[in-house]
Amino acid sequence: MKRLLSLFALLLCLVTAVLAVSPDEMLDDPVLEQRARDISAGLRCLVCQNQSIDDSDADLARDLRVLVRERLVAGDSNAEVEQYLVDRYGEYVLLNPRLNNHTLILWIAAPVLLALGLFALFWAIRRTPTKTGEVGLSEDEKRVLAELSGGGEDETRKG
Amino acid sequence: MAAGDRNAVSIELGHFALILACAIATVSALAGLLLWRSGQRLAQVLAQASILQFVLVAVAFLAVVQAFVTSDFSLKLAVDNSHSLKPLIFKISGVWGNHEGSLLLWILILVLFGALVAVFGRRLPADLLNLVLGAQSLLVAAFGGFTLFTSNPFARMSPPPLEGSDLNPILQDIGLAIHPPLLYAGYVGFSICFSFAMAALISGRIDQAWARWVRPWTMLSWIFLTLGIAMGSYWAYYELGWGGWWFWDPVENASFMPWLAGTALLHSALVMEKRNALKIWTIFLSIITFSLSLLGTFLVRSGILTSVHTFASDPTRGLVILTILAVLIGGAFLLFALRASSLRQGGLFAPISREGALILNNLFLATAVGAVLVGTLYPLLLDALAGTTISVGAPFFNLTFGALMAPLLLVLPFGPLLPWKRADLVAAGQRLAGAAGLAVFLTILVSALGGISISLAPLGLLLGFWVTFGAFAELIERGRIGRIPVGESFRRLVGLPRTIWSTALGHMGLGLTVLGIVSVTAWETELVTTLNPGETAELSGYTLAFDSFEQVPGPNYMADTGHFTVTAPGGGAKTLEAERRTYVASGMPTTEAAIETYGLSQFYLQLGEPLDDTHVVRIWYKPYILLIWLGALVMAGAGVLSLTDRRLRVGAPQRAAKPALEPAE
Repeated sequence: MKRLLSLFALLLCLVTAVLAVSPDEMLDDPVLEQRARDISAGLRCLVCQNQSIDDSDADLARDLRVLVRERLVAGDSNAEVEQYLVDRYGEYVLLNPRLNNHTLILWIAAPVLLALGLFALFWAIRRTPTKTGEVGLSEDEKRVLAELSGGGEDETRKG
Repeated sequence: MAAGDRNAVSIELGHFALILACAIATVSALAGLLLWRSGQRLAQVLAQASILQFVLVAVAFLAVVQAFVTSDFSLKLAVDNSHSLKPLIFKISGVWGNHEGSLLLWILILVLFGALVAVFGRRLPADLLNLVLGAQSLLVAAFGGFTLFTSNPFARMSPPPLEGSDLNPILQDIGLAIHPPLLYAGYVGFSICFSFAMAALISGRIDQAWARWVRPWTMLSWIFLTLGIAMGSYWAYYELGWGGWWFWDPVENASFMPWLAGTALLHSALVMEKRNALKIWTIFLSIITFSLSLLGTFLVRSGILTSVHTFASDPTRGLVILTILAVLIGGAFLLFALRASSLRQGGLFAPISREGALILNNLFLATAVGAVLVGTLYPLLLDALAGTTISVGAPFFNLTFGALMAPLLLVLPFGPLLPWKRADLVAAGQRLAGAAGLAVFLTILVSALGGISISLAPLGLLLGFWVTFGAFAELIERGRIGRIPVGESFRRLVGLPRTIWSTALGHMGLGLTVLGIVSVTAWETELVTTLNPGETAELSGYTLAFDSFEQVPGPNYMADTGHFTVTAPGGGAKTLEAERRTYVASGMPTTEAAIETYGLSQFYLQLGEPLDDTHVVRIWYKPYILLIWLGALVMAGAGVLSLTDRRLRVGAPQRAAKPALEPAE
């Protein structure tokens, strides 16, 4: 059903009969055209839902694709083209958000989560006697050990 | 109108059945959760009530299906989503191709799982069963109430119109008939884990037996979710017409997060079952997994994820859903915070051991869930808090998710080779040497043959081959292949517990999916060109001839059909038809791509719009793309195999005694 909703959304982009990159937009220079495709894949179709202008069929996406190619023909670098579009449409146009004050948390979230998890794990192992697996400990001894070691690994891994 | 009159009776009967089911669920929830200590007699009543709930909701569901099938347009839902000319299968699938109907399907699966627990859970301790069925009934009451009061599928229309306004054409596909029920079975199945977690928290009792009961349900849901996601991905691939198979769309992420969390839960429940450890973490994961499933179903549905503005279009619905989610999820976590510390801890572990490896698995999977969740919700929060709009799209997710999965895939083959309690990494490494050598060799070979188009492609290949071949290391070890006669090895392999086969197959499936993803990402080729009938184009050695073009009427659409012939490099011509359809009722256009399969690779053709008296044609060659879904099928198959394992069928002892000597496996 999730797919369903995305389909509904994508449908908004499908109502115009123009479909994605069209031969009449494409540049003759294959190197330049490939650069245009690469840039397009990272730019959002502003009226669509989470679609790049390279995939989108909306008229606006077509305008943006043509614009990207115009800038490339004019001699812009990839970064300059992106900046040109950001100046006009804002950061929203970039599918891969650039690192700045607003996106700092977004970018560091995964590494920080992983670091916290690793730290918690390390802490749990440090608190666990290393000889737990030795043959020779009776169940009672294990139980005593378990009680002595208190919280154990579980609680620490909640974060 | 005789048929219509009979339907009118059954529609109202269905409506009444749903109301009655909700009433029974409410009473069951109160009885189960408040009087859970009442023992066996209450358990029997609750079990019967759960089965009754299922029967009643099934009646309600069938009433709606009947109205769709007979095109009874006195049912508003049928008017909005059906059409008398629609093929039968799409009339039926149209029932859940909309908000109200899909909710009804969701509840049907919820009560089905409740009834299954009632039937198969007879040997559960009565207290636990009371709590589980009580919690399950609470969910039925909450979402049944939501359906009846804000999204009633039984709303009528008078006078009934002569014709319906048809289902969205893109949804008139076999994909819709299969995909949502699978996905829902996955989502909703995790409700059982949730109910078991609630039962454990309320009763304060949790032991290895608990994990043994929960794991089959987790596995069952995980199988459905795996199939549902794979099916959705393949559906998008062939239906949307440009051959993309994963978009990191918020709605996709919403289904992917419960899958990741569910995968983590499968592995942590294993640790709990075998080693009596990770109890609190497993409870936490059970709650998280179902919460993410709810988020997947409803937060997305409310429109809040995709756009804050569509949310406002139906404020009652959105608000009610948010309230239910807040109460259920918030209540669960509150209960967790209050009661988790009372659960007795147990189990110790050494870092290098099977349980250590499984914990590492959980670390990476849980972080991946966090990363996807942050990426999905962050733009929303930033917009709400700072008024800044940003996009978080595929490039971001590929980077962060890929970076988390690479180390997981790297250590994955070691896991099954490490014994419980304490293991020798070097010994495991020696057994994996063959797989590692093979993976390196094949990576070099494929990179040399295919060329390195993306710098990370060899790394992806290496990981894919490594996981695929590494999965067999335990089988080779257990079967003593190469060290004893073949016949004896074979007997040993056949006699292995099915869980060992299931682990190997599941991990191999993941490896295959990785290989498919890497292959199609690195070596896909594409050609966008204009063609007239009679002309040819060439791509990756395949020759495409545009034979003819015609306009033909379909049952409820008009089609522009292009007939093509594709010739493979080794000869062998196949004819293909690609269509652009315009649906009569809605005037909406869709494209039907033509796909020809060569082994595991596919040639993908889309007929584009006319352009200056000629036709735009887009063709792709997608090498080994079928591995992506084949891998998912293998993973799901491995899950089924594990469900048939004797140790699950036999069932668990009432209370796990002290951990007996578990065979290290």
